This record gives sequence, structure tokens and C-alpha cells, in this order.
Amino acid sequence: MRLTLTVNGRERSADHVWEGESLLYVLRERLGLPGSKNACEQGECGSCTVRLDGDLVCSCLVAAGQAEGREVRTVEGLADADGRLAPLQAAFVEAGAVQCGFCTPGLLLAAEELLARVPRPADADIREALAGNLCRCTGYESVLDAVRLAAARAPAPAADPERRP
Amino acid sequence: MEFLRPATWREALAVKAAHPEAVPLAGGTDLMVEINFDRRRPERLLDLSRLTELRDWHRESDTVRIGAGVPFHTVIDRLAAELPALAMAARTVGSPQIRNRATLAGNLGTASPAGDAHPALLVAGADVEVASARGTRTVPVEEFFLGPKRNALAPDELIRSVAVRTATGPQQFAKVGTRNAMVIAVCAVALALHPDTRTVRAAIGSAAPTPLRAREAEKFLNGVLAEGDHWATGRPPPPAAATRFAALVAAACAPVDDVRGSADYRRHAVRVLARRTLDRAWRARTSTEGAPA
Repeated sequence: MRLTLTVNGRERSADHVWEGESLLYVLRERLGLPGSKNACEQGECGSCTVRLDGDLVCSCLVAAGQAEGREVRTVEGLADADGRLAPLQAAFVEAGAVQCGFCTPGLLLAAEELLARVPRPADADIREALAGNLCRCTGYESVLDAVRLAAARAPAPAADPERRP
Repeated sequence: MEFLRPATWREALAVKAAHPEAVPLAGGTDLMVEINFDRRRPERLLDLSRLTELRDWHRESDTVRIGAGVPFHTVIDRLAAELPALAMAARTVGSPQIRNRATLAGNLGTASPAGDAHPALLVAGADVEVASARGTRTVPVEEFFLGPKRNALAPDELIRSVAVRTATGPQQFAKVGTRNAMVIAVCAVALALHPDTRTVRAAIGSAAPTPLRAREAEKFLNGVLAEGDHWATGRPPPPAAATRFAALVAAACAPVDDVRGSADYRRHAVRVLARRTLDRAWRARTSTEGAPA
């Protein structure tokens, strides 16, 4: 089947998409966006995390056809067009929150979604929000530091239209 | 494989009638795992995720009716006051990513013995509204689970909604797992106080081929509470009775040894959780209502 969706603000299409294929496979293998990682393929590890119409999801568990016409945001959409890192990404670099890097794209998307909802998160909020993202280099402490750093640097929170009531 | 995308509920029922083997797909958090691992190759997927009418939930006189497309995060965010045990169970489902997609109805459709929502529905009281092109019927949740991954749906039926009784007293849910996120329950217990009928309900998950109510334990405790006038006085049940209740809940288990835990461990943990949920629920009752006159 043919699939058309918006990825990081751009309309993209793919042909010959198999009906049982995941959104993750479409992103990586058909649209040339390998930032979202493929690890467990069962929703356990969070390395394929993207935002689908704003919601944080495991793209390995979204059937390609379910993403038709939807908006997807991947780690490739975080930096600006000149490749300048987003403040959250910069905080990850500064805090040393990147070791092998495999979990980083998913953690970035999860942290971004958290900070949009809760601009000044408590540690418990951060732990809860990142509970679905595994890091096998055991870099969690640095990841928590990075999220705290990004939150501290963000301008005073304004009302967020995406925040759930 | 065919990817069927009905635009309306009526159309979904017509498709399911024409192709009873079509596998319904909502959040995908169970089904996509099976497809990714090549354990299942359905001929047809029936995508229900576009049906906005399934994403509705609303309060009725003494129930909350939750559409089949409502994900667990909505249960947590919006329904924790009315459906405390279900919201507690929902908080233990997977991770934020999973709770954003996985639906209550999908949990029922999968009918895993370890489904997190099931014990909570059993103690609150719930009816599953199922529909087909032939019409609609209501299945009490007690009659919905037939065996491991088997439920009461006919091949042409789909779950439309779940009507859960609004809590009239404190409810608790507790689950044992290796960490606080991303775990399939080793075992789980839900417990609800129903002061309106002066009854207690207890249910177990992941400790028998289906989730089930511990009816002998309920009967015993209801007798103790009535005899000692506990509903009126607010006094907690005597420790010996609470211990006996917990043992009876554990006796209702028919657990297996598997990779997540042994049968003996499950029986033991269920006993501990039964006692703990009873203590917590009763304490919440006396602390929120004061000592009844």
C-alpha cells in the first residue's frame, strides 16, 4: 500500500508498504530516517520512541497504516535546519548523558514530551516519564542530570497548548 | 495481508461480519508484537484507531462507560476519582508510551491471564458491551474470560465499550513485578469496599488461567464484617479474620510455575497483597469518612 504522512513537518510518502509493517520500519527503511532505533520490537525498550500527533509512542508498535495522514516527530526533527542542536540535545551532550547513544533518540523524545507537559519536573516526574526507555550503558544518572539542566535553562513556562487537561 | 480502515463503527461491524477472521487493531501494543516476531500473520487487519466514536467516555448514573478506543492514559488522567482501582491498575501498565496507545478494551480482547485491568474490573463490577452486525449484547466481566487468551466474543463481534460501576468506597490494586515499569504481572490483587451493599470484593490476576474473584474469601469477610457490625462502627476487621481472608484469597489461585515466578511464590505473594489491599482500603474508609456513627 501507499502511505503518506507528515514527518518533522514535511509530507512524506512511501510505496509498497507491507500492511503488517511498523511505523518504525517505514521511518528507518523507507524514509531514510534511522534516528529512531530498532531494538526489542516489542515495546519494552523505548529506543524507537517517536511522537505521533504529539503523543509519545513506540513506533515499533504502530502499524504503518495507522500513521496514514498523521504527524510524526522523530529525533531528526529536534535540531534546527542548520544542524544546531536543540537546547535539550545540548543538555544531553553537556551532562554526558550519551554513552553508546542507542537509547538517546528515544530518551530525547520522551524528555521533550515531559518538558512540554511539565516545564519544571520533580525527579519523580522525570523518572516516571523516562520509565519506558532503557539504557544498557547504565547512564541514567547523567540522563536525569541532562533533563534537570534543560528544565532549569528553559524560559519561564508558558501555558502549553499540548498539555493534557 | 489486507489493511482495512473502516470510517465508521457500523462499517467496522459490517467488515467484521464479512471477514470474521479479521483481527481488530487498536493500540497495537499486543498485536504488533506478535506480527513483529512473526508469531502471527493475520490475513486482514481491522484498524479501529480512526473511529473517533470509540474514543468517547462518559459518566452515567452509577457507571462510567469507556469507549473501546480509550487508552489507559485517559483512565489515569480523567477517571481516577470514579474508578480508583482501575486507574491504579492502569498506572502499572507498561510505560508512558504503552499507556498512550493501549486500550482498556484491547486488554479485554487479548484476555491475558495477566491483564492488569481485569482484577480491577472484577472488583468494581463491569459489563462489556459487545456488538456485531446482528446486534448488541452485554457480557458481565465475570463471564468474559474463558481461558488464557480466550474471551466470550463471537467471531463476528467487537467490543464497543466497557461500563464500569462508579466506586462507592475505597478501592485498591497491587501488583508484583520485577520493577515499577514495563512488567507483566507476576501476580496482582484488586480489592473494593462497597459500603452501599456492605460487601467487599477481591480479585486476583496472573495467578490462574483467567483473572477471577476470590468468592470464598469475600463470603468469609462479608460474614465477619456483618457479624461484628464493622460497617457501622468503622472498626477494622480483627487481625485473625484479615489473615484468614488473605489465606482464602490465596487459596483461590491456580497458579503455574513460569519464567516470571513459581506457583508457590505467586500463592504467597497473593496472600500478602490481599492482606495489604484490605488494610489500605479499610484505613482509607475510616480516614475519609471518620468513624461512622
